[in-house]
Amino acid sequence: MATAALKSQSLATKLTGAWGRTAVISVPMVFLLVVFMLPFLVVFKISLSEMDAVFFKDIFTLRDDVIVLTLKYGNYISLTEDSLYFNAYFSSLKIALITTLICLAIAYPFAYFMARSPADRRPALLMLVMLPFWTSFLLRVYAWKMLLADSGVFNNAAIAMGLISEPLKMMNTPFSLVLGMVYTYVPFMILPLYANLVKMDLRLLEAALDLGATPWQAFWRITVPLSKSGIIAGSMLVFIPCVGEFVIPELLGGPETLMIGHVLWDEFFSNNDWPMAASVAVVMVGLIIIPLALFNKYQAESTGGGRA
Amino acid sequence: MASNSNPTPSPAKTGGKPFLQINRIVKKFDDVFAVDEVSLDIQQGEIFALLGSSGCGKSTLLRMLAGFETPTSGQILLAGQDIVGLAPYERPINMMFQSYALFPHLTVWDNIAFGLHRDGMPKDQIAERVGQMLDLVQLKQYAKRKPHQLSGGQQQRVALARSLAKRPKLLLLDEPLGALDAKLRQRTQLELVHIIEQVGVTCVMVTHDQEEAMTMATRIGVMSEGKILQIGAPADIYETPNCLFVADFIGSVNIFKGTVEADAPDHVIVASPECKHYVSHGITGTQGMAVSIAVRPEKMSIQSTPPADSERESMAEVGFNVVQGVIEDLAYLGSLTTYHVKLDNGSKVKVTHTNAARHGEAQLTWGDKVYVWWCGSDVVVLTQ
Repeated sequence: MATAALKSQSLATKLTGAWGRTAVISVPMVFLLVVFMLPFLVVFKISLSEMDAVFFKDIFTLRDDVIVLTLKYGNYISLTEDSLYFNAYFSSLKIALITTLICLAIAYPFAYFMARSPADRRPALLMLVMLPFWTSFLLRVYAWKMLLADSGVFNNAAIAMGLISEPLKMMNTPFSLVLGMVYTYVPFMILPLYANLVKMDLRLLEAALDLGATPWQAFWRITVPLSKSGIIAGSMLVFIPCVGEFVIPELLGGPETLMIGHVLWDEFFSNNDWPMAASVAVVMVGLIIIPLALFNKYQAESTGGGRA
Repeated sequence: MASNSNPTPSPAKTGGKPFLQINRIVKKFDDVFAVDEVSLDIQQGEIFALLGSSGCGKSTLLRMLAGFETPTSGQILLAGQDIVGLAPYERPINMMFQSYALFPHLTVWDNIAFGLHRDGMPKDQIAERVGQMLDLVQLKQYAKRKPHQLSGGQQQRVALARSLAKRPKLLLLDEPLGALDAKLRQRTQLELVHIIEQVGVTCVMVTHDQEEAMTMATRIGVMSEGKILQIGAPADIYETPNCLFVADFIGSVNIFKGTVEADAPDHVIVASPECKHYVSHGITGTQGMAVSIAVRPEKMSIQSTPPADSERESMAEVGFNVVQGVIEDLAYLGSLTTYHVKLDNGSKVKVTHTNAARHGEAQLTWGDKVYVWWCGSDVVVLTQ
């Protein structure tokens, strides 16, 4: 009797335990559903809708007691037919990739030395990384305009010093765009890398040296593989927003740097073609999410479900 | 306790120079001497333990051998070659780290092969060597696991295999069993010694656990405040400590402070507040000198009656000392019982009594008046 009572009690706690776990997990799930999944579905629906003057037609209509589902996939067809879209997607991905790689190259040594600096100096260094966020992002991008313009600070200084005679064309080039993007996004690369590197067990490096690895080999064989999760997190934090970036290309980019954010803006607000704009957006999300999902799946398999 | 299967090769046998020579090595951190003019000779094939409490400099000494710390001054000669200037990766020395420092992203196999790859060993030879090492530590079936999928004892064996894979001239062990629980530790101590002996590598270990040092090492160096106080086989260190610190640090001991009252060639009388101690061996000291008398608790006998005539006779040759007191506390530990006896003059002694019989002589208990006695030959006189 007693054991039965005990059993049922432990079963009860198990149930409430399981229920409690579900409840805790479901909070962020519901949040994502409401603020991400639903809006996305709305956009997806718009991309498949026909326009009736300024209104969207419903995709479900009732005609002679039959529910008719009308999906207009023409927008997706025209995405493939007009090379404008392909070029914009391609150039967005390319610029985002270049930005990510440059950020990684700058941020890794930065985060590394920050993580290896004396513990009492790290909070100050961390503060310096976050300092730019204290001023408006727009203001800082505008400041680059002043610096890079034909009669801007850099050109004037170089001419005054006699380094160049004609101003260098820096503004509204791929150079100014990538510079602005790297400048803006590099903290997002530094922070996850730092968080990862600062946790690393330095005795692993001693063990590598002890086993005959030079410091350089120890870095590539031990430090870099162990910071892989930081590299991935930082790269995603930079790459994903860079693909859809709109403001920086508008301010610093030029005719050669057409990005998908600009095309989206045009479709929404110049052409007023919301279904077309929506399908551009859906494809963009797909372009980012599908490779990432595949990558994560592969990642989970290769670690065998073990800890990262 | 000492494993006597591998007697220390004497310098005479190995023909002269010690394998590892540490000459007047000093390490200063800022103005603090972590290691203070330590000199040490270690023979080939020896397992040498540096024993001391934390902060005594033993780990710093080990890290200087590995090359992670540079000595402020002094020399380290390995097989006649000065290695002080060499980087860790240039030394023919490998270390088993405290809590192992296994590479978490590599499999057991890759962990063991790591050092061999750095040496540029051909692939087939690496495979062969790693296989040998896995056999040695009996982990063949775990080769593809990651370290975190192994138990503590298995991780310890991977760490050992990794540090032995390059066939180092010198193996360093930093608290080799510190991360294991007590039961497993005891079993692993001898297993580790057997593997080291099988490979025949010279070994320097660092530990704060005297039982570990005494079980595994052929010789022990007791360190305190950057200096080595005594070097000797486990039994030497335990039975003939050369100073108060070593006597007190190794095992448990009763200390009586007194002065030399009579100094004869074959015996000494030391007067302390508790009694006049009869010491059945000569000492290097003079009359009136302040000394400490050290007696191990297990060398003392305890009984509610004075020693019987037969016992007095058997001890007559070496002389003996008797004191009286009251049992103030006792701790029954199963295999033995520790009695805390308050002597008539107020000082306290600890006496351990082996519980040889299940229901032995009438059990002594709290408040009993007792006689405590010990032989004159079981006394150590410490002059420092």
